[in-house]
Amino acid sequence: MTQARLSCGFLGLTLRNPLVLASGILGTSPSLLERAAREGAGAVTTKSCGPEPRAGHPNPVALAWDGGVINAVGLTNPGAQEEVPLLRAAKQRLAALGAPLFASIFAPTTELFGEVARVIAAAEPDLIEVNISCPNVASEFGTPFSAAAGSAAAVTRAVRKAVSLPISIKLAPNVANIGQIARAVADEGADAVTAINTMPAMLIDAAAGKPVLYNRSGGLSGPALKPIALRCVYEIARTVSLPIIGTGGVSTGTDAAEMLLAGASLVGIGSAVWQDGPAAFARIGAELRTFMQAAGYETVEALRGRAAA
Amino acid sequence: MSQKGLFSVFRVQSVRQENARTQTLILDAGLPNAWPGQFVMAWLPGIGEKPFSISGNSPLSLTVCDVGPVSHALCQIKAGDQLWVRGPLGQGFTLSRQAHILVGGGYGAAPLHFLAKQALALGHEVTACLGAKTRADLIMVEQFEELGCPVLIATEDGSAGVQGLVSLPLLHALGQNPRAGVYACGPSGMLLAVHRLCQSVQVAVQLSFEALIRCGIGLCGSCELSEETCQLLGIPSGFLVCHDGPVVKTGS
Repeated sequence: MTQARLSCGFLGLTLRNPLVLASGILGTSPSLLERAAREGAGAVTTKSCGPEPRAGHPNPVALAWDGGVINAVGLTNPGAQEEVPLLRAAKQRLAALGAPLFASIFAPTTELFGEVARVIAAAEPDLIEVNISCPNVASEFGTPFSAAAGSAAAVTRAVRKAVSLPISIKLAPNVANIGQIARAVADEGADAVTAINTMPAMLIDAAAGKPVLYNRSGGLSGPALKPIALRCVYEIARTVSLPIIGTGGVSTGTDAAEMLLAGASLVGIGSAVWQDGPAAFARIGAELRTFMQAAGYETVEALRGRAAA
Repeated sequence: MSQKGLFSVFRVQSVRQENARTQTLILDAGLPNAWPGQFVMAWLPGIGEKPFSISGNSPLSLTVCDVGPVSHALCQIKAGDQLWVRGPLGQGFTLSRQAHILVGGGYGAAPLHFLAKQALALGHEVTACLGAKTRADLIMVEQFEELGCPVLIATEDGSAGVQGLVSLPLLHALGQNPRAGVYACGPSGMLLAVHRLCQSVQVAVQLSFEALIRCGIGLCGSCELSEETCQLLGIPSGFLVCHDGPVVKTGS
């Protein structure tokens, strides 16, 4: 049987495995980021941080349903200034585990994206993930920057100008041509893209006669999102040569393999944590290794983009 | 029956007043897979959603103290009104021995009554230690007495039971039965004191913590126990009250 290695390279970093804690899940403190890495994540992404502290939406903010999870937490975060020491602490603790730290940021304007990136860069995360695609704050922030190539490019340009750290732009699934948007952010100097964010969605409780989430609409994630994410990652990989953090509905090792086959370099894991907690990382990693061994893949790189061949 | 994910709608069958600002909502159906120490998220559409420990599962009973907008609305609820519930969620108590000392602070007594019932049904020995600031803050004393287990009471002003903290009756009960396991629910200061006491006499203890619970399914990170608390309890940091807890198990 093939000896499969999960360790892999990404933008000059070496990861123990390609599984990345996705932004918005458990990334709220150095101790939880460390726990995700301790339990098997190859890299971890923080909960998105913006220019000012935000409490987020009132409950209900999330619940599980037949096809996965729906959430509208509302970008709860301590603000960029407060985030810096947390990132520093997290980075120190993660270094001992060999897990890179990805810092997610958001902002209400193009200029503030640059400003938040500049503030956050002081903590020297291994990558800044630029969240231009949160579906849950449209009532305050308007149409997400991810909706069109022009606005996505403008944010990328602002962040690229502000920092020299690697940046990944997090794209939304609900667009007409995601390849074109990936091309636009690549042209502005993005080092990677993260695809995809959650899908705008709504659950209505028939007995209550109302949407379940306080924010009414939310972001859909979990198994229902996987086929959508696979198509988006496949499209992006066909269009640009940027590395992709493929995220959306991955909850087993086979799912992770499918994401790599679609063209991802790394695989985001988020809602799967709902099923068995942070232990999901170790399980999915073991399942991926088993799959690779059985299918004759020695490295993660060998899987990448094979579905398009 | 409510599953882990979506809401199930219940109707309130009756309301039992526990003290001036606490009442138990007795619902019209059970939650058969619920175990003491687990919790549910209760939702009033248009008002909000909050976690509540389960004070009985057959029928489902939730004990509500009027401390905020959602619990205030729940305290206005009447028999016949509807209530939306998702759960049971989290990890409850584990009955690891044959004798149990239950330690409740204020409305923390609620899930322990459910635990006492389950333990007694298994033929185990149960002692309840209930503490509160004053007699008026105690809840469920009669309900515990009706179960037929010894009930030891402490109040800070001495208006009921012994004057002092609930650690006094706990020490007494441990003296009577040093092989018992201890199960506590109440304010975090009380839980840490119970932990210290049990640690000093090398008794296994399970503590049910309250936290700001938002998603309730281990995703959002809002309910993480502080690193300081984890350190005091001797557990790894990053403990999620909604997923790993609400019950923390420490000691042998």
